[in-house]
Order: sequence, then C-alpha cells, then structure tokens
Amino acid sequence: MSAVTVPVRVAVPERSWRHDLRAVKVVLQRELIRFWQDRMRIVVALVQPVLFLFVLGSGLTALTRAGSGGLDLRTFLFPGVLAMSVMMPAMFSAGSIVFDREYGFLREMLVAPVSRTALVVGKCLGGAIVATGQGLLVLALAPAVGISYSVGWMFSVVGLMLVLSFTLTALGVMAAGRIKSFQGFMALVNMIMMPMLFLSGAMFPLSGLPGWLSALTHINPLTYAVDAVRRTVFDHVAISEVSRAVLVPGVHWGGWQVPVLVEVAVVAIVGVIMLAVAAGEFRKSD
Amino acid sequence: MSGRETNGRSAVEVRGLVKRYGEIEAVRGIDLDVAPGETFGFLGPNGAGKSTTINMLCTLAQPTAGSATVAGYEVVRQRDDVRRNIGLVFQDPTLDLYLTAEQNLRFHAELYGVPRAVLGDRLRQVLDMVGLWDRKDSRVQTFSGGMRRRLEIARGLLHSPRVLFLDEPTVGLDPQTRKSIWGYIGQLRRSEDITIFMTTHYMDEAEYCDRIAIMDHGKIIALDTPAALKASVGKDRVQIQTDDNLAAITALRERFGLDAAIHEGAVTFAVAEGEQFVPRLFAELAVPIRSVSVARPSLDDVFMSYTGSTIRDREGGQRPMMPWLAGRMR
Repeated sequence: MSAVTVPVRVAVPERSWRHDLRAVKVVLQRELIRFWQDRMRIVVALVQPVLFLFVLGSGLTALTRAGSGGLDLRTFLFPGVLAMSVMMPAMFSAGSIVFDREYGFLREMLVAPVSRTALVVGKCLGGAIVATGQGLLVLALAPAVGISYSVGWMFSVVGLMLVLSFTLTALGVMAAGRIKSFQGFMALVNMIMMPMLFLSGAMFPLSGLPGWLSALTHINPLTYAVDAVRRTVFDHVAISEVSRAVLVPGVHWGGWQVPVLVEVAVVAIVGVIMLAVAAGEFRKSD
Repeated sequence: MSGRETNGRSAVEVRGLVKRYGEIEAVRGIDLDVAPGETFGFLGPNGAGKSTTINMLCTLAQPTAGSATVAGYEVVRQRDDVRRNIGLVFQDPTLDLYLTAEQNLRFHAELYGVPRAVLGDRLRQVLDMVGLWDRKDSRVQTFSGGMRRRLEIARGLLHSPRVLFLDEPTVGLDPQTRKSIWGYIGQLRRSEDITIFMTTHYMDEAEYCDRIAIMDHGKIIALDTPAALKASVGKDRVQIQTDDNLAAITALRERFGLDAAIHEGAVTFAVAEGEQFVPRLFAELAVPIRSVSVARPSLDDVFMSYTGSTIRDREGGQRPMMPWLAGRMR
C-alpha cells in the first residue's frame, strides 16, 4: 500500500434528492451499527415484555380463566406484548438525539448541506428497523404461549410492527426536538408510554369499557396497532365465537368495525404527521 | 471545483456585522477581508465575540445586521452553498465516540455527498495527514483528546472545503499536543489549497497566522500581520542585572531619559531598537552590568497596548501590569 501523494480534491455536489437519499441511508446505517454494538440494550429491552407475558400473564391466568372462555391469558396478552416490545427500543432510538445533542454529534449533522427532513426520515426509519428487530425476539416466543409458527401471520405481524415502530420513533423524535435533557426526555416517555399502553387494549379487551375510557382508547394510535396485531394473530388461534367477540372486539367508529388495513393506515398517517412536525422543529433550530 | 466564485475575491468578506442577543451586543459592527489561501486568526479573551462571529460565518447564527460572504456566497441567502464549501472544527467535540474513526468520516462523507469514486483515496489522504490511518478501525472512544481533535480536523477537510474554520482548535489540550496539532495545521496549509479562519485566546498560537484581528468587547481593535502588530508597539523590552539596581534606575533616567523599574528581579525598561541600544548602555552607564537580555514585544504586549490589560487579566487570571507599557495605555 502506498500513500496517496497528489491531493485528491473533492467536489461537493449541489443539493439534490439523490444527495438527501444518501443522508437518509447513512443516518439509518448509523442507527443499525449503534444498535448492534449495544447488545446489552437488546437484553434489557427484552426484560419488560417477558415480565408482562410470563409473570403477569401466568399469575393472572388463574384469576381470569373463567372469563376468558378457557383461553390462556398469555395467549391473549401476546399481541399486546408484541406491540409493547417495540415501544422501548423505538423510544431509545429517538432518545439518542438528545444524547447526540449533549455530546455534540447533532451539530455535525445539523451543519451539513443536507435537508433536515432527510435526517429525521433516516432516524425514524432506522428506529423502526431496530425496534422491529427487537420485536422479532418476542415474536419468536409464540409457541411458548400456544401459538404455532407460520409464515403467513408472522410476516403480517412483522409488517405491522414496522409501521408501529416508525410511528413511535417519530413520536419520540418529535419530543426529542423540544426536550434538551435526557432525564426530561425519559420522564416524558414514561409519562406517555404507560397510559398509551393501558388505553390500547394491550392488557385487557376494550369491549364494555365506560364511555369516557372508550373515547380515550379511540384517539390512541397504539389501539389501532394492537388491534391489528391481535386480529392477525387470532385468525390462527382456535377459540369459540363467543370468546372471540369478547376478547377480540375490534375497534369501531360509530357502528363500523375498522378493517385492519385502515387501522394500519391510521397508525402510518399519525406517524407521518409526527415526522413532519419533528422535521419542522429541526428545520427551525440552528 | 469551478473556482469562479472566488476569482479576484475574498475568501471571507465581512461588512458591518452585528449580533445582538436581547440587550447584549455580542458583535458590534465588524469589517474584514480574508484573502484566499490566507491563515487568518481571531484573537481575544473569552467572551470577546469570536465564536459568535464564527457562528455567523458558518451559517449557524443569523446576523442581526450587516453582511458576510464566505467562499463567494452570502451567509444568509445562500446558506447551503456556504455549507458545501466550508469545513468546521468546533470548540467542543462533535464525534460519535461509539463509531470508529473511519465510520465517523464515512458518515460525514455521505452527509456532504462526497462522490464515492474519490472517497477511498480522500479518506486515506486526510487520515494520513493527521497520522491516524493506522487507527482508522478503532473506536473514537479509545482516542486521546489530541487524537480526537486531529480526527475532527481530518473530517473537516474531507470534502475539500475552500475555507476551514477552526474554533479554538487546541483548547483543553496539553502544550505538547497543542504543538503537534499546529504541526498538522501547518502541513495542511502547504498541501491543501485552503483558507483557514481560526480563533484562539492563546497568544503564542496567533503567531502561526498570516494576519490577526484582535477582538475585544465585540469589536476589532487591531488587524495586521503579527510582525506589524508587534512593531506597532514599537519598543523592545530590555532587562539588566547590575551591582546596584537603584543606582542603575537613577542613571537610566538621568542619562537616557528612560523609565525603568525592578521586574522579575531585574531592572526592566522599554526602548526602541533595543539591540542597538545595548552598546551605548555599556559605554555610558556608570553602574557595572552583569547581564543583559533584550526581548522583542510579544503579542501579549500588543494586546495590552491596545486594551490596557492582558488577556489573562481579562479572563480573571493574575498578572501584574507591565510598567514599560503603561505609557501607551488608553
């Protein structure tokens, strides 16, 4: 190997969509590298879903067996836990913006001659992929809760998790655009995540809730994601029609049951709106 | 690179630049021109407005009034064009410590759209320049402060900027590392066709610049080459050890009309062209002399002659006033 002696001059091209695409890609790549390096984080993020599924799920099974038509509560919880398993990693990905700001790296990105929207898009896509990767680990536990593997439903569920992770990361990025300290960010995330989870139907069926509670669940984007995942999974679980009506009631607008594809669209649109807000925030900052 | 924008023009051109934060006027109307290829230094105590000025030139802060062009582009209206043509090394580190040196550079290259065909060679070149090629696969976390700063300089150069901004490039580093950083900067001045615009509050570092602007309280109070600035102070500092210092001071006043004082244990006074003065001193001073030293004025003396205090005084450090300059204070 010989050193290059003649100075290589680089001509930086004018801004173009091609250039912005490269920026999206490299921000995404960095997300994947960082995720892979931080394997401890993968393990830690697995603790909570497993705890809910096997500790809470097993403990409450005795209590609820009568009401669930003989269905193992863990089977019921599984779709909700899948949704939950992508929340933490999505928020962590978004939260790294706060770290990047603190350690200066955000500045390196913000002074580049590249569109801020491209940076935010790269971040959200990266967060979506990383969080879905984390969700796959929980997905692999399906047989342990009495659901057998099959390409069909698993493929759909991975797609659903991608959309949900994207929206959650966009939510986190939106928050990270305003909140400058990591403590503040984590406090806000905790404040938002628990109510979102409880009001989503991840833990209990949304049938027969009082009106005010029902209204809250309808404006929660996580509700649509959880319902879509549950309906996809439960298409492959044998239970009586009576139990199905109670446990998988679906989401209704007026009297209309919202189809899965529309539910996915709702989650995706909310995600795109939040991404736009986040991009606006970063366009304004220095 | 077309180069057409800078033909016969300044690399940096500033006219009446003002930055106000509420009541505080951080930059109070400055003008300057930096020629292509020049190394230009901004010297002044912390809080003088150096970083604010650099931030405006790098499109990171909006000027309150006035105008500035960098590499021929207007900093407010042609923000992206300015950004494509400048390299930045900030006062505070901006590396991703969890990535390797090469990953950091590649990230930068993608953000700046460096053509892939030249990236490999360019990467090698800038890493060689700062002596980090053999560490390219190490995580930045494992780097010392000096190595990190060198990597930032390499990154700032990666996209062949026409103007490289260095904001306090050696702050927080030990003297030996500072010296080596300056070695690298000197080298890149020779090998790259580049204009360097830097700030520092270390007087000795300002010596590396072709020209210096001394900034204080948001204004440029002097702008010239280091030699010319020192010449403007006019007098050399002469220190003599004698058998009878008090008699020497009296004799200096009576014989030569010079104001002398005891400083650092020696009779100290300022005189124009000190070296020519020494033979006269030996011939005409009645008191026996044991040793003589003559020193040219330093940039410290320059700063003091323009502001009435040393930079260290300004920053709260302890340093006695130098009596031989008292006459020039304003």
